[in-house]
Amino acid sequence: MSHLIEIRDMYKIYAVGGEPVHALDGVSLCVDEGEFVAIMGSSGSGKSTMLNILGCLDVPTKGSYLLDGIEVAARSRAELAKIRCMKLGFVFQNFNLLPRTSALENVELPDLYMGRLSRRERKARAMKLLERVGLKGRESHTPAQLSGGQQQRVAIARALMNNPPVVFADEPTGNLDTKSSVEIMNLFTELSNEGITIVMVTHEDDIAAYAKRHVVMRDGKIMRDDHGEGGKKTTEQVSQLVKEALA
Amino acid sequence: MSFLTIFKVALRSLGRNPIRSFLSCLGIGIGIVAVILAMAIGEGAKTMMVKEISSMGNNLMMVFPERRNHGPVSGGMGQGQTMTAGDAEAIKRELGHLVQGVSPQVRTTVQMMYGAKNWAGNVQGVATDVLNISNWTVTDGRFFTDDETRLAARVCCIGTTVRSNLFGEDEDPVGKVIRLKNMTFKVIGVLGSKGANNWGQDQDDVIMAPYTSVQRYLQRSKFNNINMMNLSLVTMDDLEEARREVSALLRQRHHLADYQDNDFETRDTTEIMNTIGSVTGIVGTLLLIFSVITLVVGGIGIMNIMLVSVTERIKEIGLRMSIGATPGIILVQFCLEAMVLSTVGGAAGVCVGIGASYAVGAAAGWPVLVEPASAVYAFIISSIVGLFFGFYPAWRASKLNPIDCLRYE
Repeated sequence: MSHLIEIRDMYKIYAVGGEPVHALDGVSLCVDEGEFVAIMGSSGSGKSTMLNILGCLDVPTKGSYLLDGIEVAARSRAELAKIRCMKLGFVFQNFNLLPRTSALENVELPDLYMGRLSRRERKARAMKLLERVGLKGRESHTPAQLSGGQQQRVAIARALMNNPPVVFADEPTGNLDTKSSVEIMNLFTELSNEGITIVMVTHEDDIAAYAKRHVVMRDGKIMRDDHGEGGKKTTEQVSQLVKEALA
Repeated sequence: MSFLTIFKVALRSLGRNPIRSFLSCLGIGIGIVAVILAMAIGEGAKTMMVKEISSMGNNLMMVFPERRNHGPVSGGMGQGQTMTAGDAEAIKRELGHLVQGVSPQVRTTVQMMYGAKNWAGNVQGVATDVLNISNWTVTDGRFFTDDETRLAARVCCIGTTVRSNLFGEDEDPVGKVIRLKNMTFKVIGVLGSKGANNWGQDQDDVIMAPYTSVQRYLQRSKFNNINMMNLSLVTMDDLEEARREVSALLRQRHHLADYQDNDFETRDTTEIMNTIGSVTGIVGTLLLIFSVITLVVGGIGIMNIMLVSVTERIKEIGLRMSIGATPGIILVQFCLEAMVLSTVGGAAGVCVGIGASYAVGAAAGWPVLVEPASAVYAFIISSIVGLFFGFYPAWRASKLNPIDCLRYE
């Protein structure tokens, strides 16, 4: 059975001041449908580079990347954009909603680029998604009129708009208070239970504890890949796992 | 993503910054106003001049005797004595298919007197055809007849300037006898006013009398020579043929051998028209250059705003790219934004420009002519300016890397 995400022997090498830096150093990783993966590691461990390449925002220096059965490692910018449009959803640390634009229009945006739905269908789907993330009645609010947690909910609804097989989340709770973080993570858990594949980057153990699978990185290498066979982990177990991995 | 959708996205983006959008429209708008105004005034000036030229005469062609030099003394135009009233009659007789009117003309300056008043002025000896040739009218009384011309009757028609100087406004000059030099002439009509001509000369300061009478009584000439003739052609299209035929006829009548040059010259209003055309052409080119400069300034304004906009909206660009906007879509969106700015500015400029043209025309008493084509051109030009100056910022936006955009602080 083929995997949803399959990377083999991937390298990303930056030349910083003439000296090559291996942001990714021969990484291989497979993610199957329905998984909830947390990629962990301290800053500089290569986890953001990993997410950028997985999210088709960046291309690897070397290696192969099969996404949903298609090779995406060496594609043009335009082709990558189309792949992102059809296959991927993004949730960012700083939300990245269009300012002075209603929540509804923000959620509708990905389908404008996809062009799959009629105007009425698009609106109906966006309304449904906003309801799904608990923002019914706030469709016409602009980002400035919403709290951080609410803005991130709009971003999650937007990520789901094109019904992508994978959603990538880059420190989704990094700019949120504890209460909002818990709400957002509960939402991710629900989505995961509904069968949506989620790949999340975080350095916080308590946030990572919501995921089912934990990938720990250091210096561009995967140090530990825990598939969570022993059931859901507590924050302490995650901390223990990271500590062991980096020891 | 359809073009229409990109267009809507572009419109929404502009709508988020209405004041900035308005200000960047303004530059192009002012440029277009300048273009429209320049074209309207230029066209108006041209029609006005053409109108004045045509008031000189109806399909006018003039024939002058050659310039003749007597030893060291150079004679001016029309001083040669080779052309006679017989030439004029021959043209009328032989070339009726080309020429609808011929009037020989002799000129002299006289002291004119009526009662205690006197005035010095031009007397033109002409034939009856002059009315049609030079668009003269008679407001009081009548013009002289062909019989009076043949008989060299001492009758005349006076221009309004002469009338006011000799008679004042109250007295009716028709039927009164005035003295020209020492000969009495009867005033039989008053000419309609034509005002000053293109060179500022008062055309109403004139007395018209039969050329025969002027020759006999005022010039006391024993010869039949005339200063010039005015011809009115049937149509200006036959100008070349008329010139050829008139020349041939006059050469024959003057017994010129093949090796001899013409002893006359022809002139027509197309030459004057051409001169005016070249002058208005130069003015038009100047106005065009100014317009282009203002449009470039406006375009640079738009480019500036778009560059700022790209930098300011770098996160938006990154986001749009991350959720599926291809570089091409970003390029089109930003180009469209610039084009919308410039065409909206252009359209507003067209409206204001047309209004301003008529306002200037009304204020300056100057005819303005707004050609519908100029509005269309202005519109097209403004969108091209938008595309031209919007392309570079849009291209920069499309080349951005989504990761860098999203991380940009």
